[in-house]
Amino acid sequence: MDFESIRKRLAGDGNLTGKAYWRSLEELADSKEFGDYMHREFPSQASEFSDPAGRRTFLKLMGASLALAGVGACTRQPVEKLVPYVRQPEELIPGRPLFYATAMPLGGYAYPLLAENHMGRPTKLEGNPEHPASLGGTDVFGQASVLNLYDPDRSRVIKGHGEIKTWSGFIAAMQGAMSAQRAVNGAGLRILTEPVSSPSIVAQITELTQSLPDAKWHQWDPVFGTVQGGATSFAPIYDFKAADVVVSLDEDFLGHGAGQVRYSKDFGSRRRIGTPNDEQNRLYVAEAIPTITGAKAEHRIAVRAQDIHAVAAAIAGAVGVSGSMAGAEAAAGAEEFVKAAAADLLAHRGRSLVVAGERQPAAVKELARAINDALGNSGTTVKYVAPVVASPADGVASITSLVSDMNAGKVDLLVIFDGNPVYTAPADLNFAEALGKVGLRVHVGMHFDDTAELSHWHVPAAHYLESWGDAKSFDGTVTLIQPLIAPIYDGKQTIEVLAAMNGNLGKTGSDLVKEFWAESLGTEAAWRKALHDGFIPNANAPAAPAAPAAPNEPANPAPAAPAAPAAPVDGYEVVFRPDPTVLDGRFGNNGWMQELPKPLSKLTWNSVAYIGVATAEKLGVQNEDVIEIASNGRRVRVPVWIMPGTATNTIGLHLGYGQTKLGRVANGVGMNVYPLRTSMAPWFVGGATVTKTGETYMLASTQTHFNMEGRNPVRVVTAEEYKHEPKESVEKLGPEVPPRDMTLYQNFEYTGNKWGMAIDLNACTGCGVCVVACVAENNIPVIGKEQIKKSREMHWIRVDTYFEGSLDAPSMVHQPVTCQQCENAPCEQVCPVGATVHSDEGLNDMVYNRCVGTRYCSNNCPYKVRRFNFLLYSDFATEEIKAQRNPDVTVRSRGVMEKCTYCVQRISHARIDAKTEGRDIRDGDIVTACQQACPSDAIMFGNLNDPDSKVSKLKEQERNYGLLEDLNTRPRTSYLAVVRNANPALDKA
Amino acid sequence: MGADSAMSQIFPKSANATARMSLAGVLTLVLFLGWVVFTLMRSSWATKQNEFVEQPIQFSHAHHVGGIGLDCRYCHTSVEKSSFAGIPPTKTCMNCHSQLWTNAQILEPVRASFRNDQPLNWTRVNDLPDFVYFNHQIHVKQGVGCATCHGPVDKMPLMYQAKPLLMEWCLDCHRAPEKYLRPRSEVFNMAYVAPDNQLELGTQLKAEYKIADPKHMTSCSVCHR
Amino acid sequence: MAQQGFPEGDFRAPVPVLTPGQGYTSITDKLTSIVFTSHTPMAWFGFVAVGFTLVMGLMVSLTYVVLKGIGVWGNNIPVGWAFPIINFVWWIGIGHAGTLISAILLLFKQDWRMSISRSAEAMTIFAVICAAIFPIFHTGRPWLAIYWLLPYPNTMTIWPNFRSPLIWDVFAVSTYATVSIVFWFTGMIPDLATFRDRAGHPVMKKIYGVLSLGWRGSARHWYRYENASLLLAGLSAPLVLSVHTVVSFDFAVAILPGWHATIFPPYFVAGAVYAGFAMVLTLLIPLRKIYGLENIITMHHIENMAKVMLVTGLIVVYGYGCEAFFGWYSGSGYERFMLMNRMWKGPMAWSYWALLVCNFIVPQLMWSKRFRRRLPVVFLVCMFVNVGMWLERFVIIVTSLHRDFLPSSWQMYHPTIWDIMTFVGTIGLFLTLMFLFVRVMPMIAIFEVKTLVPESSPKATAVGDGGAH
Repeated sequence: MDFESIRKRLAGDGNLTGKAYWRSLEELADSKEFGDYMHREFPSQASEFSDPAGRRTFLKLMGASLALAGVGACTRQPVEKLVPYVRQPEELIPGRPLFYATAMPLGGYAYPLLAENHMGRPTKLEGNPEHPASLGGTDVFGQASVLNLYDPDRSRVIKGHGEIKTWSGFIAAMQGAMSAQRAVNGAGLRILTEPVSSPSIVAQITELTQSLPDAKWHQWDPVFGTVQGGATSFAPIYDFKAADVVVSLDEDFLGHGAGQVRYSKDFGSRRRIGTPNDEQNRLYVAEAIPTITGAKAEHRIAVRAQDIHAVAAAIAGAVGVSGSMAGAEAAAGAEEFVKAAAADLLAHRGRSLVVAGERQPAAVKELARAINDALGNSGTTVKYVAPVVASPADGVASITSLVSDMNAGKVDLLVIFDGNPVYTAPADLNFAEALGKVGLRVHVGMHFDDTAELSHWHVPAAHYLESWGDAKSFDGTVTLIQPLIAPIYDGKQTIEVLAAMNGNLGKTGSDLVKEFWAESLGTEAAWRKALHDGFIPNANAPAAPAAPAAPNEPANPAPAAPAAPAAPVDGYEVVFRPDPTVLDGRFGNNGWMQELPKPLSKLTWNSVAYIGVATAEKLGVQNEDVIEIASNGRRVRVPVWIMPGTATNTIGLHLGYGQTKLGRVANGVGMNVYPLRTSMAPWFVGGATVTKTGETYMLASTQTHFNMEGRNPVRVVTAEEYKHEPKESVEKLGPEVPPRDMTLYQNFEYTGNKWGMAIDLNACTGCGVCVVACVAENNIPVIGKEQIKKSREMHWIRVDTYFEGSLDAPSMVHQPVTCQQCENAPCEQVCPVGATVHSDEGLNDMVYNRCVGTRYCSNNCPYKVRRFNFLLYSDFATEEIKAQRNPDVTVRSRGVMEKCTYCVQRISHARIDAKTEGRDIRDGDIVTACQQACPSDAIMFGNLNDPDSKVSKLKEQERNYGLLEDLNTRPRTSYLAVVRNANPALDKA
Repeated sequence: MGADSAMSQIFPKSANATARMSLAGVLTLVLFLGWVVFTLMRSSWATKQNEFVEQPIQFSHAHHVGGIGLDCRYCHTSVEKSSFAGIPPTKTCMNCHSQLWTNAQILEPVRASFRNDQPLNWTRVNDLPDFVYFNHQIHVKQGVGCATCHGPVDKMPLMYQAKPLLMEWCLDCHRAPEKYLRPRSEVFNMAYVAPDNQLELGTQLKAEYKIADPKHMTSCSVCHR
Repeated sequence: MAQQGFPEGDFRAPVPVLTPGQGYTSITDKLTSIVFTSHTPMAWFGFVAVGFTLVMGLMVSLTYVVLKGIGVWGNNIPVGWAFPIINFVWWIGIGHAGTLISAILLLFKQDWRMSISRSAEAMTIFAVICAAIFPIFHTGRPWLAIYWLLPYPNTMTIWPNFRSPLIWDVFAVSTYATVSIVFWFTGMIPDLATFRDRAGHPVMKKIYGVLSLGWRGSARHWYRYENASLLLAGLSAPLVLSVHTVVSFDFAVAILPGWHATIFPPYFVAGAVYAGFAMVLTLLIPLRKIYGLENIITMHHIENMAKVMLVTGLIVVYGYGCEAFFGWYSGSGYERFMLMNRMWKGPMAWSYWALLVCNFIVPQLMWSKRFRRRLPVVFLVCMFVNVGMWLERFVIIVTSLHRDFLPSSWQMYHPTIWDIMTFVGTIGLFLTLMFLFVRVMPMIAIFEVKTLVPESSPKATAVGDGGAH
């Protein structure tokens, strides 16, 4: 490493001490070696070889010995301190969590949340059950964002011209710059934010731009508000509850976006059938790269992103959309699909829905709207409104104009709030270079990232769990954000900085937000209620004067005449998509997200080029082969992953990897594909060339075998079969189940509660939220790529994916698998020390402190749901991470087996409270973490001894079956078979 | 063929005795070591039973509980609502000591804590391993007296751990609660003495309080997660 | 005294165990000289050097494992057991020959056992020591496993789970180890006494004196000695069968296809004897060369052992047959898949065929007397069997685990350098112990061998004369 630079920076970081000091010592030297080193370090708590000896090893061994002291029973207890409050807050009961409503702002939208707070530490996030955009569910980002709060690599100090500065120092500098701007009406002032829907922030910016008319406000976010082929003047809000037939044109509404949770809930409600005769909806999907939405579809075709417009046009023609398009040519191979879909749509006028791809050109969206209008769906299954996040209408345009101003030297003061444009901006804009031409560059962000590097000033931003604020959810509901903890690293909020720029100093975020809402809400009581609920019901956002960049649309604007986009280009097509786990890279330093297997591919810790089987054969490549992709002069090298169902000649790339400045987790992981992404084509571009490099790159996937081998772990029946012979159709898919008396051991008696779970595979979308929720709830460690590659993943619940049918158009099914809590548990009887035993309520208790780690139980577990701490996986070294841990769950040490126990800590709490109140546990008192997070309500937990409990009812359904029941394990978790409501016209089977 | 007769003896006659002795010796040594281990396991050295611990203030439960007769819940407020009984915030001390003994030297740390808003650092006396999830709320509710586990707190000038807190000690009650149960009304009564018909009473209370049978009370997940 | 003088041809006459011309003194001289010699053969130093280096490797790898956790090995989920347990079973298997030879052959009055029993017993004990290392160190928390698996009155009032085969193992193996050691030592007492008498240096005299527990060879001593050894033989005979039966339960009791088979106990025991004899030969063939013991460990012994190998080998192969048949006959999809995966479809099918070559094809050479009497061939075959028996455990443990019930949890297994270091390390330990033993202890039961020479059986004098020099 370059020690000179280390020393230089350390001069700045003098105030850091102890570990922080040393960490920063390495952090600060952004040398290549350091990058690799860090990449190895944090994730590989574990990786025993790549892990460098010295401090870390020492710490780990120390941690181990501490852990032993704690987890070995025969030691003398170490001395423990009790630190009471000086003045205890009234509502706080030590040892009991408190819950507060708040929301996560992402891409301008609010993701309503309920935050669990243990003695002042937010530890777990749930969806806000009251809020229409959540109804209790979350997406993966909502679950994982709590870890970002404790990210040890967040920037901790204000930096000015490379030196530590104080807040007042920063204010002084800003005031200087601002007064200069006031002289010229802010001609040289530019503000760059991410998309904003927050009324209070918009108000601040408006105040600024009104006092400084020539100042400009730009917005950029590589994912949200980035459109290709023009922006529409309207935004759709769907109601999947009302839709019997859904046609998705390259839109992953179940897998991504602000509406994902609500849409999954509604969509799922049409799949969670109660009786064989219940009608479910039918989903048609045309898309380029398989998404979980495509996986849920009865009928899916893979077409290039460029050809989606043709498909849309063809459908429009077939359903007789007025004007043009009649008999338009669908892409080759899509004709049948188009015919059937159109027929189905026509058969369900007013109860059908066409969903246009968020990342498709305006023309497609307008076509979709035209179809919905023609079918009379508008108003029933979809309503078109002015975009909720009005700024930006078109992010690319916004940042392009900013860059041209910067290049023209018009910009003297640029303030960048959040985001990392240097890393994410379209490659052809050379943002970094343009940035150099700006007089004074200010960056407000959570990390000292690429943009901070190139800025004069860097102000650490507060995490939203440390902030006051507001934002609109996808449906326009104004949602309030309240802090769960005081800023850990003294981060500042956007609104505070803006206020300072407006000259009203000394105002805290809470003052500003509260003031803003004061008059519209009136009473203090109303404000308190709004805070308690987390949102302001009738979305009565005060009429903030429209921000400059925000086009003020009528409530239901008429669509412009559909204009066809650029004609498709041949050659390879490159499709860019936000990564399902690290998004655009902002979750890159989040170990949970890196380790969360991507839906379908089950890859971790990497980005890849997804290609179809045909493409792979053409290129003569297989998984892990590195290809070079060149598109108009720019090239990137990415390892290949063959994903059946990807459109031929299409290459799917996920954003957000190959970072170098974010932190120990993100740095050096995966390949950066932004260099290939231009302002012309942020989402897809044709005419790319691909060459095989002959290199290979190690990829770690948690599942290596995607074929069911005729064992039908997931049982799939067609709607017809199920209607006619409900039980038989499902039963015949598995071997016969032995009778209950067929065991040498005497059967357990369950006199009290009898816990059980039912998972509706027909509703499960395989999004993976349950996995993150479980990780957050149960202190599950991050183990790193090397360990995953060695097949030692630690997730207690995993989502298995199986492919069936043809390689080019496979059907895909998901199955969340967790400990099945067998009544005849093979694990229990082989454990030599009785560390896993049967509880009187039917749980397979796992007693970590008794386990000696023979792994016999895992060998004997047919579901392979047991996880073993092969090394010291739990992080005993990083202080920051510890604050997130759930105090009700043991942090497992090395050499111990662990597994799901139906969130036994939640069971215990519910039981104790019930007993204290002298009653029985009510159905619904206990909600497991996975169940709570599930956006499609696929998981149900409850008491099987109570015939009226929801779970008992589900288990009565004919499509209920147990996994590997034929082994006589008698799993307590059972699955509800998939019922495919295929269109007879298309159904080959 | 009596090789020894042909040559001089290597060992004196006493060697036979030594041999036998050493056999016996080894045996006793093994038994002794075993005894040592099994004693140490339960010794108060290992369990820290009856050990006084250094505290920032020599707080006397004997004085406050035995003497003044404060109820446990005056300071340990969350004992009925939470797993954690609660350690009183400095504010609680100051409720009285802003009036009483306002300049007693011994109370200086309390006043300092209140002045500088710096919490007091107490040392835990009854400390269970981190993998044991004990819950006060339910024990108090189900008629387990404070003194049953914490001993005669009202007679402790300095706090010490009254019971071994070994797993066998927990199980002793979890297997047969009736041996220790009291009427709910007596839970916080330090002076309470078990009646002669404790078993009878206990069995009756056990039924009344719907306390689960040992099969549940000894399920691992009741205490370990 | 070259062994060319061995009677060829007529085998209707009982074959003498030793080459003719042996007398009490010649034997005693020969065997004591091995220990009380001024110049140790170079080969000895060679073997010990190699062995000891490997032991150092073992120490390093075990330390590393304890410090870092067993993750340094290749084990994973689903393959929770791999090298360590393979090695454990392999060594335990090897540890069977000794007791079998001394106990069972004693009960069957097989004279020829006498020349080899002692070294076989020693080998048994050392093999068991090597085996014992693995089950302890392969656990995640050995420091607890080492006593939590024992039933003792503890402050948790918890007993081990007696339903678990691993607990049965603890008892089976420890009993076997104890009895073998006692048997072995008791057997040595008379010879130790001889050493005591032969030893020149007073210190040596004292040491051997203590070890021989004051043996004077009086009629009373001999009388008790005979009883004791008969008793111990009776005790250990069933153990030979029980130990590996119990070890096989570790697998047979589980529900995993490829483990869950009733044939396991007999087939494991046969395999154990097979492996045991192979290892005895692997050791004795070089040893008799190094120390020129051709007259005492004769071709006759080698041939007999080869025959035993052939027989037990065939039993083992029968076991393979049964496994395959059961798999197919069970009608269970999982079982049938397991076979396909093990033999043809699976990525580890090679190991199965390699195993058949080593344990089935090659040993068939032993049908031919010519090969049985050609040392290099016998040695080579034994080597094949040693490897084969290791592969057998690899196939059973790893191949069955890596593809079990749910396709989603199928994964590959790759050993690491530490796996190999630990395994090879125990081989080193075994060699070292063996050669140290040979150097300081009577590696052949002198007094027993003496009973084989003509002087001790009048009927045999004719043969004795026949071979007069």
